Amino acid sequence: MKHSTFLLFSLPSLSVMFLFIAIPIVSVFIQSLHIEHKQVIIVTENCDPFGCETTTSVDTEASAKLKEKAPLGKFNGFKTYSNRMHFAFDELGEAWKSSDSFTVFVKKLYNYPLYRALSFTLTYTFIVTPFVLFLGFLVAVGVNNLPKMFKGPTIFASLLPMIVTPLVGSLILFWMVDGDGVIGATLQKIFNDNSLSLKASPVLTWIMLMVYGIWHLMPFSFIVFYAGLQTVPQETIEAATIDGASKFQRIRHVVIPHLMPLAIFITLILLMDNFRVFEPIIGFKAEAHATSISWLIWNHLRESAYPLYNAAGATSMITIFGVAILLLPVLIRTWRDFKEKNKG
Amino acid sequence: MIFKKLILVGFISLFFSSSLYAADCGPNGQSIRILASDFPAIHAIANAAESNCAGSASEFNRNHTTEARQIMNAAQTPNPAEYTSVIVANSTLVQLMNDGLVRPLDDLVEKYGGHLKSNQLITVDGKIMAIAFMANSQHMYYRTDILEKSGVDGIPATYDEVISAAEKIRAAGIMEHPLVMNLKVGWNVGEVFNTIYLAHGGEFFKPGSAEASINNAKGVAALETMKALVEYAHEDHLTQASDDTQGLWEAGQAAIGFMWGSRGGVILDNEGSSAEVTSNTVLSAAPTVTGGSIPGATLWWDGITIATNVSDSEAEATFAALVSGMTSEMVAANNDDAIWLIDGFKPGPAAAGVSATAQGGAKSYPMFAQMGLLHNALGAELVDFLKGSESAEQALSDVEAVYETAAKDAGYL
Repeated sequence: MKHSTFLLFSLPSLSVMFLFIAIPIVSVFIQSLHIEHKQVIIVTENCDPFGCETTTSVDTEASAKLKEKAPLGKFNGFKTYSNRMHFAFDELGEAWKSSDSFTVFVKKLYNYPLYRALSFTLTYTFIVTPFVLFLGFLVAVGVNNLPKMFKGPTIFASLLPMIVTPLVGSLILFWMVDGDGVIGATLQKIFNDNSLSLKASPVLTWIMLMVYGIWHLMPFSFIVFYAGLQTVPQETIEAATIDGASKFQRIRHVVIPHLMPLAIFITLILLMDNFRVFEPIIGFKAEAHATSISWLIWNHLRESAYPLYNAAGATSMITIFGVAILLLPVLIRTWRDFKEKNKG
Repeated sequence: MIFKKLILVGFISLFFSSSLYAADCGPNGQSIRILASDFPAIHAIANAAESNCAGSASEFNRNHTTEARQIMNAAQTPNPAEYTSVIVANSTLVQLMNDGLVRPLDDLVEKYGGHLKSNQLITVDGKIMAIAFMANSQHMYYRTDILEKSGVDGIPATYDEVISAAEKIRAAGIMEHPLVMNLKVGWNVGEVFNTIYLAHGGEFFKPGSAEASINNAKGVAALETMKALVEYAHEDHLTQASDDTQGLWEAGQAAIGFMWGSRGGVILDNEGSSAEVTSNTVLSAAPTVTGGSIPGATLWWDGITIATNVSDSEAEATFAALVSGMTSEMVAANNDDAIWLIDGFKPGPAAAGVSATAQGGAKSYPMFAQMGLLHNALGAELVDFLKGSESAEQALSDVEAVYETAAKDAGYL
């Protein structure tokens, strides 16, 4: 194909990508470099039904003039990235100096929102992803071996966790694990401990969130693997059977290698999805024990009176970099395989 | 033909003048659009305004949503604004004023507000910015039967007495966790700190500046009090807000509660609970610290504002319609829906807690322009202390550091 023809062909998709991916990312990045103008504060006497107090107000006229001159805000460079809300470099330096052991330092690290969020986000990603891959594959193999008449209903039922909206799913589970709920009360009975609460303990909260994540995402890996299983060449399987391979050996040496590209695809999607875990934290009201990177972005923007666009922008950029770093090993491997194949 | 038309016009103007006689609705044919939160008292005010003045307005729209706070600034910034009036509370008035989205009401009050009481007028630097119609605050709820059974004499009036009463209830084996409080991470847990800190006589900012000043002996004392209380609160307290605590109370699973006054009517009515709970529930003032005199609560008011970015005649019509609803007849018809600041209110048992708290000299929720940022920081950073993984001093210095970062980004420091 001529280069010009190729360019012409890809122009529509390139321009759409530019419009809807590149421009927003660049705009978020620029926003993250700016902070609000200095608010002009005046001291005022406020009176309400309960008495008068001296407080402060914003001089809106003076502040509006500042805004008009530079609508983006005051340029702040990368300070938003290095401040306490994000990488907290100054504070970490201080903490490093004042800690006499590594564990003390790690404990201090946990005091800063980004590191706290990262610790949960990464743990969640690295535990949920393999479980979803493995369990999804098992369910796919299981369903594939069912008699034909049961397949349809089973597939439908297995897809349900994914059909249920995450927020609704987590809310329902949240009520069930309550001390008065079905699961919560049963657990209290089993362990004979009336004060056992899944919501009050950090460890149990983390486990609960991850179990929910696995439950919610498993159908995705199941359905992709199931589709892949339909393409496994029957001749190879038969040949392996004739050679005396057991069922397990056939899966290990024929099915799994065949599904490997799919597994990589699912891993990529799962890593991206899990790194952006958000809804279950809201649904389970788990902010006290677990926060994620996406939750941080939401938290920066939540207060409509003082939305911190710079902080939200910076956290968004960090998310993009985080995802890129996570995907890098998988992408490099795929690239190598691709090159080797082309050579051969 | 002309004669006929003249007669028609005459009749129409007669009709309008008769409606003017009933309630002065200001200029005719204006559009009235109201954004408000969603609870019975606000509906009562808006209903009264609508029935008085919808006839003379070209449209009368109301948007009642609990998310009003989240959309008000965005809705009011364009010119013309989405709503001609937003019904606000202490903190949301500040939120709108920070962006210059409410107009002074002095001339409108002079023209239409003859029947308003002087304590309904919310003034900032001498200018009337809002007209309050109801009050609210946190205060104590207690169960007389349970206190009696566990041998507590009288009503606990200080935090120490509350704690010893809770201990007695626990020791008597009646309840392991007799306290309920709104401690959900975020706004609620920050607000609990605010109330106890105010009871200790604390100040949130250095006078005249936006620099936070909570990391002091009073802040530490407030946190220690909070922790002592939390010992007796439901295990899942960090996930509980008003709906949850009200539910626990109505289910009879609590003996002492710190909840909003606006929940009083709902808890005391004969729905959602048993007679055993409702007949023994009493509302009283928020406790003070031992030896102190300030009740641990923040006083709130709800009131009307008028948008900056609407035409003067729309502003006038909206104001006239809303204050036309603030009458003793409206209060008489909706007496138990709120602690009304309007003439004719007869305080019932559901109002006892807020009245006692206000009379005890509790402070208003502070109207500093930057208060919301400090409140957010408190809501996020105090949890580590309550979970026991951090000292009080560390938690407070974290709050100040978080506030400082956010305040710098938002331009307040």
